[in-house]
Formats: sequence, C-alpha cells, structure tokens
Amino acid sequence: MRTPLFIVLGAVVAALVFAGARLVGNDYVFFAGYTVLQFVVLATAWNILGGYTGYVNFGTAAFFALGAYSTVFFHKLYPLPIPLLVVVGAAVSGLVGLGMGYLTLRLRGAFFAIATLALAIVLQTLVVNWDYVGGSRGAYVIRPAEDPVLHLPYIQYLFLVMLVLALIAVVTARTIEHSKLGYGFATIRDDELAAEASGVPTLKLKLIATVISGALMGMAGAPFPYYIGYLQPASAFALEYAVNSIAMPMIGGTTTWFGPLIGAILLGSLQQITTVTISSAVNLLIVGVLLVAFVIVAPNGLVGLWQRLFSKR
Amino acid sequence: MFSYDLLLNAVTAGLLLGGFYAAVTVGVSISFGILDIVNIAHPAFIILGSYIAYFFGAKFGLDPILTSIIALPAFYALGAVIYQVYYLSFEKHGQDSLRGLAFFFGILFITEVSLILVFGVDYRYVQAGYIETTWHIGFVDVPLRMLVPCLMSLLMLAALQLFLTRTFTGRAIMAVSQDQLALQLMGADPIRIKRIAFAISIATASLAGAFLIVIQPVEPSIGREYIGRVFAICVLGGLGSLPGMLLAAMLLGIIESFTATFYGPSWAPAVSFGILLLTLAFRPAGLMGR
Repeated sequence: MRTPLFIVLGAVVAALVFAGARLVGNDYVFFAGYTVLQFVVLATAWNILGGYTGYVNFGTAAFFALGAYSTVFFHKLYPLPIPLLVVVGAAVSGLVGLGMGYLTLRLRGAFFAIATLALAIVLQTLVVNWDYVGGSRGAYVIRPAEDPVLHLPYIQYLFLVMLVLALIAVVTARTIEHSKLGYGFATIRDDELAAEASGVPTLKLKLIATVISGALMGMAGAPFPYYIGYLQPASAFALEYAVNSIAMPMIGGTTTWFGPLIGAILLGSLQQITTVTISSAVNLLIVGVLLVAFVIVAPNGLVGLWQRLFSKR
Repeated sequence: MFSYDLLLNAVTAGLLLGGFYAAVTVGVSISFGILDIVNIAHPAFIILGSYIAYFFGAKFGLDPILTSIIALPAFYALGAVIYQVYYLSFEKHGQDSLRGLAFFFGILFITEVSLILVFGVDYRYVQAGYIETTWHIGFVDVPLRMLVPCLMSLLMLAALQLFLTRTFTGRAIMAVSQDQLALQLMGADPIRIKRIAFAISIATASLAGAFLIVIQPVEPSIGREYIGRVFAICVLGGLGSLPGMLLAAMLLGIIESFTATFYGPSWAPAVSFGILLLTLAFRPAGLMGR
C-alpha cells in the first residue's frame, strides 16, 4: 500500500473513531480514549528505537515529562495554542534525545539503556528543584471550557489532538519501516558489527532513531497538563509510562508498526477496565506480569503468534 | 563562610555512605560486570531485602542485619531460579539483549508493585539498639546507623574478594565471562558457575536491603533512586573489579555528601547520573578497568 493511500485510510479510521466517541456522548469515553491514544503514540515512538534498532529506552517517562513540562513552562510564561506546544515539546525532547544518544550510543546497548533509566531520575530531580514550573508541589494548569477554533468541549478537543498525534506516529513508523532508513535500522538490530563493516553509518542512524522516537514522546506529553489539570513530578515521571511503552510493543510485536498499535489498544483498554473495576495497583501488576510472560513465551508478540498460527509452511 | 569541621564531617559522612553504596553495588558488579547480565532489577531485590528485615523486625523483634543473614539462602535460591529462567529463555538462544532487558525491567516492576500491594506506600523503618546512637570523635559525628552498615559492607566485600580470587569456584566465576570453552576444559560447567555467581549476586541484596533500612526509612519505589547510582559506581569502578568498585563507591559517596552539604540534599540524585554520563563519554573502561 502506498503511503498517501495509507494516510487517507488512517484519517478515515480516525474520523470514524471520533464520530463514534461523539455518538456515545459520554465524557468518560473521551477521558479513557485519550489515555489509550496517548499510549498508542508512546508505544509506537518507543518501537521506532527499541523495536527497529534494538536499543532499549527505559526513559519514556523522561521524554514524556519533558513535553509536559515545556507546556507548563509556556503556560506560566505565555500560553500558546496546543498544536504549537506539541511542536515545542517535540523539539525539546528530540534535542535531549540527541544529546544523550551522542554520549552513550557509541557504546554497547546496555549502557544506553542504563543511561535512559537514570535520565528520568535526574530530570525529575531538576524539575523538583525548579520552582518556576511548580517544584515538588506541582503546578495547576486550568483547562479552558472549550477550544478557540472548533468550539468543541475541551476534552473532546484534547482527544482530537491525541488522535491526530497517534495518526502521525503510526504513519511515521510505517513510512520508516518501508524506507531505506528502516532497512538501515534493521541491519543494526540484526548485526551491528556487520552493518558497520558494510558501510552502514550506524551511529548516525541510531541518532536519527533516538531523535524521532524522543520527539514523538515529547509530542505525546505536551497536551498532558491540560488533560490532567494539575501536574506534579511524580505523575509526569511515573514509571508506568516506561513499563507500558515497553510492554505494549512487546505484547503486540516489535518488528512492525502494527504490533505497538494493537498492543497499545488492547493493553490500554484492559488497563482502563481494570483501573475502574479492580484497582490501579493491580492493573500495573497485570502489565508487569504480561510483559514478563510475553517476553518469555511469545518473543514476537501477538503478531508473531498470528504468523505462527496461520502461515503455511 | 567555609568551615573545616563542616568539610571534615562531609568527608566522613561520604566515606560511610560510600561503604554502604559498595554493598548495594557489589551484586551488580557480579551480575553485570562479570557475567554480563544487565540485571536492572537488582535495586528492587534490595528493597525486598529491606522489607523482609522490616517484617521480621516488627513481628519478632529480630535485628535487621541478623534477619538478612538468615534470609541469605532464600535470596540465593531466588537468584538461582531467576538465572535458570533467564538462561533457558534468552541466553541459550544467544539473542538476549532487548528481551533480557525487558525481562528484568518487568521483574523490577512486579517486585515493586507487589510490595505496594502487600505493605502499602507508607515509609517503613526498623528498630535496633545502635540506630539512635552517635559517636562524637572530636568535632566529627559518626552515627552508628551509618557506621554499622559500612563496616558490615566492607566485611562482605572482603569475603567476596577472597572467594573470587582464592577458591576454584571463585576463579571459575572470574573466568566464565572470558572463555567458556577453556573453562569447560578445566572441568567446570559454565552454566552452573554462572548460576552460582548470579545467585550470590542476588544474595548480597538481602544484606544490602537490611543496611538500607537501618540507614533510612524505606518505601517500595525508593529502589529506583539506586539504579542510577549502582550502575554509575559499577561503570566508574571498571566492570568486574571489586576494589575499583569500592573506590568508585567511596568517591560517589563523598561527592554526594558534598552536594548535600553545600547545595542541598534534593540535588543528590542528579550527581550519580552526571558521573555516569561523563564516565561513559570519556572513560567507558572505568577507573580500574583493563
């Protein structure tokens, strides 16, 4: 399928989702749907680096929070419209990804993974000590009643923004997968040494993947303060973002754009249901157990299981 | 306004803290440094150790460090089981990097959430005779709740160093990461050696956990703060070298103590990350690496 056709199809699906959510007419659908879509963006973004090149990023929360705190910063300084804030969040997270990647990506993958894990803790320390964005107390970001352009109720507007971001993320991932860049990424995943020896510019490709992945995570974080209304470091840097954005691609399947999408929709919806019916701690336990179980039993996720069941050998 | 007693106190506190950091890191030095298994779940096992010390202290009035020594075999067995799963699922097939990391990350998360479900998110602490006491030597304060873990940690390190350099199994552990085939020819089973080594690394978490809860109150997610520290120390010291690791731990302890004294304790977690990044960028082999 050609990319323009895919974009049109994706836009149609997105429009149908939005129309369907409006038909239900309950605000909860938009609140829950926003979270699921946010995980679609995060999981897809994580997979561009983790699934395609094989470099594990444990710092999803850090990149996400960078986007969220850029928004808080501008909310205090001079409130910008959300689409602009999304661009700012993407730029900030992308730049941090570039800097960190440059320092650690030349080494073995494990070092990059450890550095991303530590990055989340350090950025949290910085935010806790930065009073302008609320420090450890947190910051209030009052959600307006309706958006300035379409005059939708604000939560519907936020849902729409996240829907567009999810579409952008999925299209980006799919385009990369079928491009020269994607084949470059795959060579790194399969055998980096051989790729380097054959003239693949591995460091450059890894940096590109880190920047795209980080920027998408920052985009997902930018509208978050308006969604939550009160942002504190512990909620922006929550470990559950990191765990979910790894578990979703792993459960869906890491080698295609479809894996993180299906993983995020399934696991995201399951979490919404368990949070409401049981408790949020149990819901996190389920994510952890599913992650470990899938990594051991079904290394290629649901997509891999599907292929194993239905391929004719 | 610079005073020498403040400086001297900061150095003392840093050395005591460094001794404790060495106990926290030694497990990772063995699993990551020697065996090349990126066990990022190690801090979670340390917190598990803290909670076991807390539980038996609150229930039966047992001393936390004594409890952790009694719990050593259980942690050893846990480590052996985890290694067996890790070996069968990942290491055997040779492609362990991505999935192995995700596996340990999942274990970290499961441990943390389970502790929250069982004990809640409140801070827990233990009681022991030496926790409240502080020695005053000149104008330097030496709190026993820091000194006891530091000395115990040095003792554990010395024992491990002797084991790794003087016994057949210990030397086999040092050799297993370098040449498995040669080790096999010496009549040792590399998988068994690795299982022993990994089990020892998890066993150290029992002691480190008890030290932690003697030093400060503990809640389930506190382990995350130690991930950056532990790997910073491990990398800075040079992977797989226990004396280098101890040196790096002392260094980080002193730097953090200075940061806390002169800038404020809320900045301390950022220090280890700065050190980790600088080490990775300029000297990935560490201070005493080969």
